Amino acid sequence: MSKPLLQANELNKTFGSRGLFRKTSFQAVRDVSFTLEQGEVLAIVGESGSGKSTIARMLTHLLPPTAGNVSYNGESLRDNKALRRSLPTFVQMIFQDPFAALNPHHTIGYIVGRPLQVQKRRKGDPRPRVLELLTKVGLTPAEDFIDKYPYQLSGGQKQRVVIAKVLGLSPSVIVADEPTSMLDVSIGVDIMNLLLDLRERERLSLILITHNLGSARYMADRILVMYAGQIVESGPSEELIREPRHPYTRLLLQSSPDPWREEADAMEAIEPTGPPPQTGCSFRLRCPFASDRCAAESPALKEPETGRFVRCHLFE
Amino acid sequence: MSALLEVRELSVEYPSARGVVKAVDRISFTIGRGEIFGLAGESGCGKSTTAFGICRLLRPPARLAGGSVRLDGVELTALPEDEFDKLRWAKLSIVLQSAMNNLNPVMTIRKQLTDAILAHEPDAASAADARAAELMKLVDLPADRLNSYPHELSGGMRQRVVIAMAMALKPSLVIMDEPTTALDVVVQHGIIRKMMELQRRFGFSILFITHDLPLMLQMCDRIGIMYAGKLVETAPASRILKEPKHPYTQGLLDSFPALSGEKRRLTGIPGHPPDLIRPPAGCRFQPRCRRAMPPCLSVEPALLPDRDGLGKVACHLYGEEEGAREQASAASE
Repeated sequence: MSKPLLQANELNKTFGSRGLFRKTSFQAVRDVSFTLEQGEVLAIVGESGSGKSTIARMLTHLLPPTAGNVSYNGESLRDNKALRRSLPTFVQMIFQDPFAALNPHHTIGYIVGRPLQVQKRRKGDPRPRVLELLTKVGLTPAEDFIDKYPYQLSGGQKQRVVIAKVLGLSPSVIVADEPTSMLDVSIGVDIMNLLLDLRERERLSLILITHNLGSARYMADRILVMYAGQIVESGPSEELIREPRHPYTRLLLQSSPDPWREEADAMEAIEPTGPPPQTGCSFRLRCPFASDRCAAESPALKEPETGRFVRCHLFE
Repeated sequence: MSALLEVRELSVEYPSARGVVKAVDRISFTIGRGEIFGLAGESGCGKSTTAFGICRLLRPPARLAGGSVRLDGVELTALPEDEFDKLRWAKLSIVLQSAMNNLNPVMTIRKQLTDAILAHEPDAASAADARAAELMKLVDLPADRLNSYPHELSGGMRQRVVIAMAMALKPSLVIMDEPTTALDVVVQHGIIRKMMELQRRFGFSILFITHDLPLMLQMCDRIGIMYAGKLVETAPASRILKEPKHPYTQGLLDSFPALSGEKRRLTGIPGHPPDLIRPPAGCRFQPRCRRAMPPCLSVEPALLPDRDGLGKVACHLYGEEEGAREQASAASE
């Protein structure tokens, strides 16, 4: 088997701040490893503060990892300066807020065309390529959109412009950080469908960062569940949703509104009272199954079944 | 079930540079005693504006342009300001989305809870402290948190404090405008469960507003769907889930990826909501509707009771059905 398209290896990120009297630090991501294959859609799911957006930023080298490494096609991002420079042609990012992602002073044509000029240093008029890109994301007729300014577009149209811009450099991977959470649901579905269609047509791989398990199931082949900076469970989406293993995944699933679901027996969860503990299992204070062992020993990410990874002493 | 809240032909509008925006256009609904009624719809459909219109929190230049709101038989729109102030918290209270903005950052939780009580019962000074502690217990917060400032609490805890405050004077109607939207699902789940428990215990009515239709379908008795300032369908939650009638309701339901059942492609709703200054003629949903017919372009459908009287829908697809039924019953007579 060839090298995976993208590999995250033991990624760690610690944010530190030097106060007046003391230094404080916060470990946002701990030992996160995963791979992404060609054409795959991987969803990273977790609540706010779980470290999912920090991972997205490390993958796109917007944040350097404190420890660990990201590699593309086997080439390490840390050691390869040329790769870092050409990274935008490999991986592109879509941010949550399309309203903030577009410069209000520029036309759509300029916004979508600019990366082409910067990265490919393409001489001549990018306009034909911009028209082609706008058509690809369903902004048709493209001639009507190319000279508009962002304020003239709706939220969904803006997110389409962002996607067109991102496609311009023909990346292999798109990292989408909550691409639909600022949009109305009916518009969000359109954007999710567009990304799924583009994956087919452009042979893209996708990393979707989301807090919504429903969107993760809808979009992804594989789901990775984060809690307190760690991966607590990962596996093929359908299996993971049907049979969640880790108590946190079960809690998350059961808390997600789904009127179509037949009532399952409820797990008595404990409300978060403070920051997750630094020793032992980070979920143990909220876990109804926690035992002494969970306090003494941090569980490792094990693979009880092929393709299913769980970080819990219950599954060993 | 006698109605606690009766909203009739309520309209809210505000002037803008391009003309008058009809944010809410002649909507009518009722909420029974002890009923949980949900208003759902996408941003800009007027659901929050409706809530603000009911509890007179509209910010100028938005204004009530007509209609009536009766709470327990009292007409709220005609009430003088000082009379209305007596009803706030005591008869109706409101829980808003962002708890950080609803709590005063420089006052302790204790001060804020007792403030609400004392404003209405100035003689209760000695008992107010004990009642504040009781309220904290009601929402599962430790009483020592009474001495905390809002920034010392998590988002979920702050929202619990706001709910405790809304319960303080045992109102008969609690309006909740996206009370859990900014929170993580696990925290949301805990708060919704708590709210439902309190509702069962005290029997107040809830007007629940959210864009999260799946959540609403799980917790509400009856649901109203709004689109572009209009109420397009009302029905019991179970009916909306199993048999949505209005094409907009159908599209909205088909925009939420489910966690159970067969995985299938969602269609969503193409296009985007209309400009409320110059809404399309006829049905406002018609430009996005897959089933639009010639009358939809010119005649605005009225919200009419459907066949079994359980719900109401504003759509010409069913108007004809109704008409045919009337003809049939006329013929049989």
